[in-house]
Amino acid sequence: MAVQWNKDADAALAEAKAAKRPLLVDFSAAPA
Amino acid sequence: MPLEAHIKEHPAYFHRFDALWTPTVLILDSNGVERQRIEGYLPKDEFRAQLELGLARVAFMHKRWADAEQRYTQVVERYPDSKAAPEAVYWRGVSRYKATNDHTVLGQVPEQLKGEYADSVWALKASVWSH
Repeated sequence: MAVQWNKDADAALAEAKAAKRPLLVDFSAAPA
Repeated sequence: MPLEAHIKEHPAYFHRFDALWTPTVLILDSNGVERQRIEGYLPKDEFRAQLELGLARVAFMHKRWADAEQRYTQVVERYPDSKAAPEAVYWRGVSRYKATNDHTVLGQVPEQLKGEYADSVWALKASVWSH
């Protein structure tokens, strides 16, 4: 199952808060 | 809930979350508070174990003792050979102690860390609870 990555930090934080779920943040410099 | 922060697309996120190296993975709780930081590459199972440790830490820091204990137990059972396992044994004991206030629970932890986990720093930390 493909992961649906969010790319907007503020939106992701708001979504996590609303859903009362943890948020995983992946910092990468890998070539696309 | 996943957020991707690529250095070329969102360099400001690196500063915002104090990420100075890649790969870095954070687990934040629902209030946006960092509860786990994984810096550098890890093999698949070690990485998964660290992620699950992070989720256990979220439960622990929210004082959900039973949930935390269950999650730490899962780390030990799913990844017994990982570097995360002795840490999970330690915090599983602490979670149970927090839930019960029974100090004898802590006394069992050094015994659980004998054997393959004896050389871990967690065995050292738990040694103070030996009888």
